[in-house]
This record gives sequence, structure tokens and C-alpha cells, in this order.
Amino acid sequence: MTDSNPGSAKPTLKTLPGDDVRQILWRYSDRYDLQMVVQAARSVARGLVARLVAEGARHTHEWTPDKQRLLEAMDEAGITAVAIDPEHGGYIPGPKNLALALVAFELSWVDAGAATASLAGNLALAPIHERGTPEQVAKYMGGAVPAAPGEDRRTLRGAFALTEPIPYVGVDTNTMAGRVRVAEWKEGEEPILHVDKRGRFITNAAFANFACAAVASDDPRIKGSCMVILEDTDEGVWDPGSPTLKLVHQLSATNDPIYSLKVPASRIIGGYTVQDGVIVPNYSHAEVIEAVFRRTRVTVGLMTAAKLLSAVEPVIRYHRQRFRGGGQLQPGSPRYELGIQQREDALHRLIDVWATGEAAASLGFYTARLFDEFDPLEREKDRLFAERGIKGARAQLKAFAAVKDAALEFIRLEHLPADRRDAARYEELLNDTLVQFVVKDALSQVFCPATKLWNTGVGANMMREAVSLMGGYGITEDCPGFLGQKWMDAQLEATYEGPEAVQRRQLTVTMVNDLFLAQFRHWIRQMRQIAAKKPGTGACTLATAMELWLWTIGYLQKAKDANGETLYHGQRQGVAFPMADALSWLLASRQQILDVLELEEKGGDNPALADGFEGTVAFLTDLCHVMAARASGEVGRIVAELVYGYLRHPSWDGDCDSCFRASELEAVASVVPGFDSSPLEVIQDDDTHADKAGPCVRFPGMERFRELRLKLDGCLTGARLAKDRAAAALTEVMIPEALDYPR
Amino acid sequence: MSNGYHIVVCGSLVPDPLQALEPVTTPDGPALKNESMLPSVLDPWAAHALYEAAHLAKTVPGSKVWLVSLGPKAKLQQLMMTVAQKAPFEFVAVDGSASGFTDSFETAQALAKAIESIAGLDRQRLLLFGGCSSASRDAGTTVGMVGALLGIEEQFLAVDEIVPQEDGSFRVKERVEGAQYLVSECAGAPAVLAWATGNLPEPPNNPQVGMTNMRTIMPALAKAQPAGNLRGSLRFESVETPTQRRETRVVKDAGIDEIARELADWIRG
Ligand SMILES: Cc1cc2nc3c(=O)[nH]c(=O)nc-3n(C[C@H](O)[C@H](O)[C@H](O)COP(=O)(O)OP(=O)(O)OC[C@H]3O[C@@H](n4cnc5c(N)ncnc54)[C@H](O)[C@@H]3O)c2cc1C
Repeated sequence: MTDSNPGSAKPTLKTLPGDDVRQILWRYSDRYDLQMVVQAARSVARGLVARLVAEGARHTHEWTPDKQRLLEAMDEAGITAVAIDPEHGGYIPGPKNLALALVAFELSWVDAGAATASLAGNLALAPIHERGTPEQVAKYMGGAVPAAPGEDRRTLRGAFALTEPIPYVGVDTNTMAGRVRVAEWKEGEEPILHVDKRGRFITNAAFANFACAAVASDDPRIKGSCMVILEDTDEGVWDPGSPTLKLVHQLSATNDPIYSLKVPASRIIGGYTVQDGVIVPNYSHAEVIEAVFRRTRVTVGLMTAAKLLSAVEPVIRYHRQRFRGGGQLQPGSPRYELGIQQREDALHRLIDVWATGEAAASLGFYTARLFDEFDPLEREKDRLFAERGIKGARAQLKAFAAVKDAALEFIRLEHLPADRRDAARYEELLNDTLVQFVVKDALSQVFCPATKLWNTGVGANMMREAVSLMGGYGITEDCPGFLGQKWMDAQLEATYEGPEAVQRRQLTVTMVNDLFLAQFRHWIRQMRQIAAKKPGTGACTLATAMELWLWTIGYLQKAKDANGETLYHGQRQGVAFPMADALSWLLASRQQILDVLELEEKGGDNPALADGFEGTVAFLTDLCHVMAARASGEVGRIVAELVYGYLRHPSWDGDCDSCFRASELEAVASVVPGFDSSPLEVIQDDDTHADKAGPCVRFPGMERFRELRLKLDGCLTGARLAKDRAAAALTEVMIPEALDYPR
Repeated sequence: MSNGYHIVVCGSLVPDPLQALEPVTTPDGPALKNESMLPSVLDPWAAHALYEAAHLAKTVPGSKVWLVSLGPKAKLQQLMMTVAQKAPFEFVAVDGSASGFTDSFETAQALAKAIESIAGLDRQRLLLFGGCSSASRDAGTTVGMVGALLGIEEQFLAVDEIVPQEDGSFRVKERVEGAQYLVSECAGAPAVLAWATGNLPEPPNNPQVGMTNMRTIMPALAKAQPAGNLRGSLRFESVETPTQRRETRVVKDAGIDEIARELADWIRG
């Protein structure tokens, strides 16, 4: 058999990938505004933020003047205004998901608490941005732009108040204690509402001067639930509450606030109508938070990705320098030059950390870009629906169902070569807003939870590996790169804005949407095509794992367990949740491969990359292969457990099609030579049999599954050679003398 | 001064000083290992000159700032993603090596040529700014030679402060031996000011300023002329790094006293 991977004499990584490489991988090489935002965020992160952490600012739970400086630095560097549209005083036109993702990534490279402080401000504005009335948008988005020196106004800073004290809102957002009722309603005037809301773990509450609070009606004159904007100057109680004693993200402010305030009904986010004397909010709290979280969760996923990639340089440096300085070692000796890098396991584990970081970043940035494409489509869809008078969830679903076939047709055409498809029809569907909306919606409903779930969950586990690689140093505050803090911080990222269970629950529904699965099927072929040209990427391995996942999801949806119970449904989390995890591995690995292909294709045009480009691509390709193998392994393990785990093991005394009595076997073998050498279960005439749980498992209808499982094992060929090559590159890559931020 | 100054800052990129800089021999002579792949920063002395120029332009109405950079085009573009955010300026690029292994005379010639061709530059109002030193070559001669090639006789080296006067003249503080300053009065432009560190902190990044600057930066990069041979007749016998062990630690914004104390402690052992 020949090795499909490039040989070891090929060029290898010379320096750590720089901005030129990242800009191509994450597709913002033609966006100078974003490149500048990255630099601006980086200077705050590696300047003030790093200094604060190094000086111990994380040791307090309170919001201190030092931490307040952080907000000012972010205002000054343009970070606060990134989320705001130019017409309200911002400077980045169009959708800003990628921009915000890049900011969060840069800040989290040093400290995710700082990223959270920035993110929470955007989270507070998001309900208004997504669903607010034009007046609300103008007032709060405009007010959130940092006041210029000499400008006589205070900068608006918000908090997003959904979570409530136990036993109320947490993962379950319908058990709400926050209340709204009519306080005053004078004839012909705007109603005045009374809002009672207690929050738990509310970021920014310590210093916010407005909050978007989720509340339910406590009054027959108000229908359902809504989100409402509260201000610190409203009449009543505005108590920021006590700080949460959190172990992580201490550069952000988390409190349990108490609000009991009178506000005009115009503060209901998205407005309201009055029907038969009842105030009917245009959006329930659930509709608002759905629109918000589907975007902001992506950013959280990128925070963990940044941590993983930020760990690479400090670990390499620590390993190389580990034995220097004692006087006995001579420069030039392997122990002096390579230190712990002489040990294969240390190299391999760092490769795992690095590959996970690459895949997480690829997945997260793709999802952010997807939302940049999705945002204008959604606005156009809203406009169309308003024009056609389509209102309410049920009417909208009906409208979507009506274009489902056209959407499936579009997906089919899109994956045909341009010269083999009906160009006119394709064009027509491409320009059909609703078709495009449902196609992209199907993707975003999978990619957003997958990013949040995989990046933070697998990322947190992987950060532990990074910490381990630093030995005892790893769990001290002195660890370069703050790796110990980052490990703990990752756990919050896996929790807030919806813990992993929430993401798995969403995937349970969205990953079996036909429109998603149709696209997924095409990606399998796409991976094979990539593999044909670039065998070293692991794309073929991944394609087989994808087939296996697809087979399994189809099986689980139809099959029943040994007790006759349906396997795949929302309540059976033991089945659906692991499948959500498995899918996320696949999506992350696929996105990583696609990004490296982009780099290979576009990087050649950039003269700044000419030197060492081949080596960089070869190394990143090896990381893809490592990740594809790992993802496939996870998928294989998960699906095997699910497919077999719910069946009852055959027993010796039950129905056993493959069991033969020894005497029976002898008789058949005398007429059918060789029959007794086939894999049969033999029960001796004295009823004894081989020592095992029962006859080996052989269920009818599973042939394809077994075939794919077996094939997947073979598809791992070469993956470890790729890992060896990548590990060798770690010993040669040039790194800076010191980290570019203090500790 | 009624019309303001035309301030031209000469400055280009150098490898980020945190990088491991290792000399290697190439067919074209000495170079730094993986130099083109290392992240770069604006030469620190030139950066001070730029911040001082921006500050001066703000205080003297009618003034304008240009930044003239000789460096590899693609790397300059990446550098501008940061530098463009620091201060408003118009950009002029010359495509060539910014390596420390070029000759400062050839470099000065290329810069002078680029400055001569700046449209709208009033040479009578010209203040030529740059670094008195550089993190790459450190010849300490480039800016002076550019001035000489442009026929500017008033030259101030290692400048830490300029105080403009109402009548267009200005007072300059230059570093001299023994931590002393030489204070000079100059009747006005044209003059050369090669900056030491100045007194201004690095301005925070401001993407909005950056995006305004990008309007001239991209066209300037597109039409950047090649600088040609910058090594002249220069030959290097040998190139080596100092034998001292380098121990780098990043501490930002430490006070002078603190740094002095740490050094003294270190020397004492
Ligand atoms: C530092 C910090 C900052 C925060 N900032 C904000 C903020 O700004 N605004 C805000 O509104 N909230 C904020 N939160 C709250 C955060 O979003 C919630 O903590 C989170 O959504 C989980 O809610 P909970 O803690 O009540 O967990 P619970 O609801 O008690 O869930 C606990 C665990 O039980 C399991 N579980 C629960 N329900 C299910 C289910 N249906 N299926 C399967 N498993 C389940 C899961 O394992 C879950 O992780 C913040 C939290 C922290 C710690």
C-alpha cells in the first residue's frame, strides 16, 4: 500500500502563523476595517488587560476602578462601537457578527473576562438591535456609542437580565418570576407599567445604566411575556445587587440585581398593540431571546478557540527552555535545545491542543460569517412577511413549508457543476429570498449550537491538556499565557448563554431537518472530491465518518430499542445528545479542512507569504488530518454505542440463529465441506458453550453499518504519520523570545 | 505660523523586537532567518517621530503629515493595519527591502526621491521627521542624508521636544552627552528633526482614524515604485549575534525608577 501523505522531507512550519495567514483562513483579507479592529482589540488585550491580570485584578469580585479603566480603554480603541451601525454612530457598515467574533477572539487570547465585559454590552443591545422599534434602536444604539470628549451625555451601558434566582429561569427560560403589570393607564395616554425583576448572575449589572429584562404578564391587561428596557433613572428600586463570587472571568462584573420600576409601555422591546383593551407585545420574551442568542453564542465559542491557540507558544517555550540555566547543559545539546520537546507524548498532546484550536476557530468564524450572510436575508424575509401580512409563528412556518421543495431543489442544483445544472432555474432560486432564507436558516440552526457546544465543551477539556503540559507551573498564577485561568474560564463559556444541554437540545431538533441533512449529504461527496486532490487532509476519513453518522441518524429515527421504545425523540437525550456531539466533531473538522484549502488557494497571491508558505500549508494540513482522525474516532465510538447499546445481547438459551449443536454441525459439515470452519456459535451436546456473555452479535439490517465501521478503521491509515510530522515541526518552528504580553 | 508645517515622517518596518533574530547567509548577502515571515512593527524611533508629527500638526493649524515608508509592499500593508490607526497622515510607499543589511545612503536616496515627487508638498514649509536611530540598521545617518539630499541645512539629531512659536520659528531640545539637552532656536522650516523618544505616549489604536487613512494607503501601495538596489557597493565580511545571553521579559509601562532599581539589583546579583 502506498502512503497517500506527503513524505517527511517536505517543507515544514517555519514560524507561528501570523496575521496574513489568519486573514485568509478566516476570510477577512479584503476587510481592512476588520483587520484594524483586530489590531485595536489586540493592543487593549495585550496591553491593559494583560497588565490588569498580571497585577492581580482577577482577585476581586467587585467592580473596581481598575476594571472600569478597561471599559474606557475599549471605548477609546473603538471596540465598544464595533456593534453599532454607522447611522447610529458606529463605523462598521453591514452585519457585524464576524467583527464581534474577531474582537472576542483577540480579547480572549489574553483574558476572556475582558471579552465578556465587551460581549455583555452587545448582549444587552442585541434585543433592541434585533427586535427593537426604530425609536428604541436610535436611542439605545446611539447612546451606547462612547461619548466623545466634551460631549454632554453619559454613555449608555447595558445588562441583559434573563436568568433569575432559583427556582426560576435557568436552562428552562419559561419558568419566569419576573413580572409586569399596568401601574397606570389614563384614557388616551401611554400606559405606565410596573416591572419587578430579580436577576441572577447578570453581567454588567454592577455598572449598567439600562437593562433589558425578560418578564411575564401579571395582569389580564397585558398578554403573555415580553422583554422590557429598564433605566437606572426610572422611578422605583434599581439595586445592582451583590457581586457573584465567581471563580472565573473576574474582569467582567456579575451581580444579582433587583429591579422594581415604573416604565412607560414604549419600553417594551419591539413595541406593542392594544387589542380589546389588552396590551399585546409584538414579541414574546422567547422570540426576542431566540433572535439574540442565535448570534451571540457564536462569539462565546470563539473565546475558547482563542485560548487554545494562545496556549501553543507558551507551551513550546516552556518545553524548550525547561532544562536550561543549570550550568551543566551546553547550548547545542538536544536536552538544552529541545528540553521536554525530546519527548514524543508532550509533542503529540500539544498537537492535539493546537488542532482543536484550529478546528474551533474555523468552525466559529465560519458560523460568524454565515450569520453575516443570514442577517440581511432575515431582514428581507421580515419585510416580505410584513408586506404579505404573514404574522405569528404558525403562519411563518406555513410559509416556510411552502418553499421547502424549492429549497431542496436549490441545494441539489447548487452542488451540481455549473455546466450541468439548469442555470435559469438556479438563478431564480438564488434570488428567491424565502428559499435562501430557509436554506441558510437550516445551517445557522445547526452551526450556532454546534459552535457553542463543541468549542466550549471540547475546548475546556483540551485546555486541561494544555495546562498539564506546563506541569505544576500550569496551575499557578505565574503560568505564562495565564493558562490555568483560561482552563477555568472555558468552563464558564460552556455554561453561560445556555449550557451544553441547551445546545444539544437545539441540535436534537435542527440536525434532523431535511434541509440540513440534504446539505450534509452533499458535503460527504465534497469531502471525497477534496480527498481525491488532497489526500493528506484526512477529508476521506471524515467523509466515511460522515456517512456513518448519517446512516446512524437515519437508523435511530426509525428503530426502536429492545423494549420497543422509540429511540430518537426530544426527551430521549441519551440518544439524541451524543449524536449532537458527534455531529459537532464532524462539522469542526470539515470547516478546518475547508479553511486550509482556502489558504492554499489564496495564499499564493500574497507576496508576504511567499517564504515558508508551503511549510505552513503542509503543517496545517497535517493538523487537519489529526483532527479528522480524532473526530472520526469520536463518531465511531458514539454511533457504535448507540446502535448496539439499545439492543439486547443474544443469549444462549434465546433465539440464536447462528447457534448449532456440535452434533448438528458435524452432520452438516459432512455434506457441506468447510461449514464447520465458518463463524458459528457451537453449543455442545452437554449444553456447555464458549465462555462469553452470549453468542456474538449479528443483527440483520446492520450490514451497511458494520461495513462503514470497518471502512472507517481503515480510513485512519496515515493519520498518525501526519501527527508525527506535525510533532516534528513543533521542534523546529521558530517562536519569539518572549510572550508579547506581561504575566 | 499662518500656513502650518508640511511634516514628512520617514519610517518603515522592523521585525517585532520580541522575535528571535538570527542572522543567516543568503545568495543576496546576509539576512535574518525567516525575516519575511516575522511579524513587524513600525521602527520605534520613527514611531515616536510620527506621534510627534501628529501632535505638532494638531497644535499648528494648517499643518499636514505624510508618512514615507520604504519596505516590502505586502508587509507594509499589514503594518498599516496598526499604524494607520495611530494618527491621520497621507501615505507614500516605496517598494524595497527594509532590512538592516542595506546601505543607509542608497536608502536615503530612494526616500529623497519619493519625497521630491509628493504632489502638493511645499518644501519651504517642510519639516523632515524620522528616527535618530533604527531597530534594524541603527546607522543613525539616514534621516540626515535624506535632508542633505533635499538641500535642508538645519538639522537636529536625537530630538526630544519641539515647541513651535507664533512666528513660525521653533525651539528644539536635542539629547547630547551626559544626559544633557542642547536647546536651539530655529527660524523655521525647512528643517530636519531626527527623533529620539520624544515625550508622547503611543496613541491608542483608533480604527476610525485608520479607515480614513486607508483611503490614501491602498492607492499609495498600489503605485509604490521599486526602490532598486539598496545595497550599493556594500559588502559584509561577517555577521554574528552578540554572545551575551538575551533574557527578555515583557513589562509594559514600568516607571524609570522601577527599571533602574531592577537593573541595579540584577547587577548586584
Ligand atoms: C459569570 C456568569 C455570567 C452570566 N451572565 C448572565 C447574563 O448577563 N444574563 C443572564 O440572563 N444570565 C447570565 N448568566 C446565567 C447563565 O446564562 C445561566 O447560569 C445558564 O443559562 C444556566 O442556568 P442555570 O445556572 O440556572 O442552570 P440550570 O438550569 O440549573 O441547569 C444546570 C444543569 O442541569 C442540566 N439541565 C438543566 N436543564 C436541562 C435540560 N432541559 N436538559 C438536559 N439537562 C438539563 C444541565 O447539565 C445544566 O447545565 C451568567 C452566568 C454566569 C455564571
